[in-house]
Amino acid sequence: MKVLVPLKRVADPDNANKVKVTADGKKVETTGLEWKPNPFDEYAVETALRLTEDGTKPKTRAGEVVVVTFGPKECEITLRAMLATGADRAIRVEAEDDQLDGWLVARALKKLVEQEKPDLVLLGKQAVDGDTNQVGQILAELLGWPMATSAAMIKEDGEALLVGREVDGGVINLKVRLPAVVTVDLRIVAPASVYSKLTKADFKYNEGVRFAPLPAIMQAKKKPMAVLKLADLATDTALRIQYPRFEPPKGRAAGKKVKDVAELVDKLKNEAKVL
Amino acid sequence: MGNILIVAELAEGKVRKGTLSAVTFARTAAAAIGGTFDILVIGQGAAGAAAGVTGFGAAKVLTAEISSCKGYVCEHFAPTVAEIAKGYSVVVATATGFGKDLIPRVAAKLDAGYAADISAVIPEGGALTYRRPMFAGNAYGIAKLTTPIQAVTVRQSEFTAAEPSGGSSPVETVAAQPPSAGADRIEFLSFDQVKSARPELTDARVIVSGGRGVKDKFESTLGPLADLMSAALGATRASCDAGFAPADLQVGQTGKIVAPDLYFAFGISGAIQHLAGMKGSKVIVAVNKDPEAPIFQVADYGLVGDLFTAVPELIAGIKAAR
Ligand SMILES: Cc1cc2nc3c(=O)[nH]c(=O)nc-3n(C[C@H](O)[C@H](O)[C@H](O)COP(=O)(O)OP(=O)(O)OC[C@H]3O[C@@H](n4cnc5c(N)ncnc54)[C@H](O)[C@@H]3O)c2cc1C
Ligand SMILES: Nc1ncnc2c1ncn2[C@@H]1O[C@H](COP(=O)(O)O)[C@@H](O)[C@H]1O
Repeated sequence: MKVLVPLKRVADPDNANKVKVTADGKKVETTGLEWKPNPFDEYAVETALRLTEDGTKPKTRAGEVVVVTFGPKECEITLRAMLATGADRAIRVEAEDDQLDGWLVARALKKLVEQEKPDLVLLGKQAVDGDTNQVGQILAELLGWPMATSAAMIKEDGEALLVGREVDGGVINLKVRLPAVVTVDLRIVAPASVYSKLTKADFKYNEGVRFAPLPAIMQAKKKPMAVLKLADLATDTALRIQYPRFEPPKGRAAGKKVKDVAELVDKLKNEAKVL
Repeated sequence: MGNILIVAELAEGKVRKGTLSAVTFARTAAAAIGGTFDILVIGQGAAGAAAGVTGFGAAKVLTAEISSCKGYVCEHFAPTVAEIAKGYSVVVATATGFGKDLIPRVAAKLDAGYAADISAVIPEGGALTYRRPMFAGNAYGIAKLTTPIQAVTVRQSEFTAAEPSGGSSPVETVAAQPPSAGADRIEFLSFDQVKSARPELTDARVIVSGGRGVKDKFESTLGPLADLMSAALGATRASCDAGFAPADLQVGQTGKIVAPDLYFAFGISGAIQHLAGMKGSKVIVAVNKDPEAPIFQVADYGLVGDLFTAVPELIAGIKAAR
């Protein structure tokens, strides 16, 4: 199976409370925050690796995993990190973040999919900077491919994938024949969430994503990294969404500590009046 | 100038309450652009469910029966929604799992810009702009869509459910369109439903939420307090991942976004991703044995202590105070 994983790098999500809206409201400033791979995209890479191996011999790939990012040169560090964890090839499409919106990324990805011909495009369900959750859906429509969003479980079943989607009130189980678009949710990296047809049914992964061993980091420097121009993949580069301004969130004043449960009950009853 | 199409969501043959948040959006947006709104009820048993939304002031309620698949599959719903939406300026649904899956694909069919999970609609000079949380709610973007048709999902916690306005909208049946290209490669197998007698998280007035600190004692520790308060149970990602609570209960950036009158956080550290889902609650109570836990920065009332002693005391205290 050949898997294409679009991956975005985002300002460190664990410090998202340090982003600043500039005084003129024109920009969200993320300076000082480290770049990290979008966590959902890291999970998509892990999922792609699990789908192209048997679990026990992670170095023998039964297929190919290609990662692609749209962004400036500095994104190559993130791509190299993914090559070190096991991806085979990387593609960077030269672009600045503010030149892009989800629609444009999806249009360009469509062209790239036509060139690369993967069996599966695996994306994160959302990039945690814009929190938009749209690229996978738009891409599926542009390609005329079936899609399954928010996947928490994927099992390869012959030429198809059995996918469990996390939705309100439970899990929808779908059978999807390739080629297809799948976006992944948090629990896709649980120990028994992803099985390729080579993986033994009782095999359990470690929770979370794998880390690159040092020799792999060295070897990753030799893995191929192609650089494309956005114009090679999209002629229409107009944005469908624009942000003329940004606003900071309303702050929430820190409350008070109560000394014991009796005081808490008293406050809830007489001050907050919520009992 | 233009009209608004609301896509209603069905569950067990009824329109879900969440849809009423999209109605609240549509009332504001229609007034701002001088139009009206219609409601499309789509899915299995649409005609039977339509009566649930005829009293909200829609110019008409449309029903489209989808019989080509057994449950919700985007490829079978999107073509019909898109075909109908062609005559409107805005197509909107509530930002539930359903809306977030369907609306971007409908947008793609219509070449429509999409504003996801918005927290407010702001009329500006006869046009609409949309306020949407980004960076886990740590910044808000004021978004403008540049396309003739616009696609929107609205955050349920920010758009309070619409109240009926009286009257009775006429109901019209519309034909379903054939499924999308590629639909022959996707099959609905089953829906594993999490059943609970408690209110839904997004509807509840009170939420009793627990984190990793609650361990596997979720139901035995928090259940009695939830029942006493007629509350929904909530959880963190850590407790869902560990299997202590069903995944469906996760509150946060990537779980449910909630804003109840009262939110109890027991054994929850207060990670950014969790706060993003509950910061909008009116009153927040936190119990944590770590005085430095970030949850105390947003809690109106914080108690440093062991939740396993605090929760039973709280139950007794509330019973006595009532
Ligand atoms: C992409 C991404 C998305 C995420 N989305 C979400 C999301 O939607 N929702 C979410 O919740 N998280 C989300 N997370 C995870 C988040 O970062 C935190 O890891 C998680 O919220 C921590 O959960 P917790 O507070 O239960 O656990 P911990 O951080 O381990 O905290 C447990 C707390 O319990 C306290 N405690 C322990 N025992 C007791 C006791 N007996 N009495 C009182 N207090 C006690 C401890 O002091 C501690 O503060 C996401 C993470 C990522 C990377
Ligand atoms: N600039 C980008 N480069 C590569 N992939 C991206 C980019 N932006 C979005 N994606 C992919 O699309 C997914 C959904 O993003 P979004 O719709 O922006 O929330 C992400 O998880 C990525 O897989």
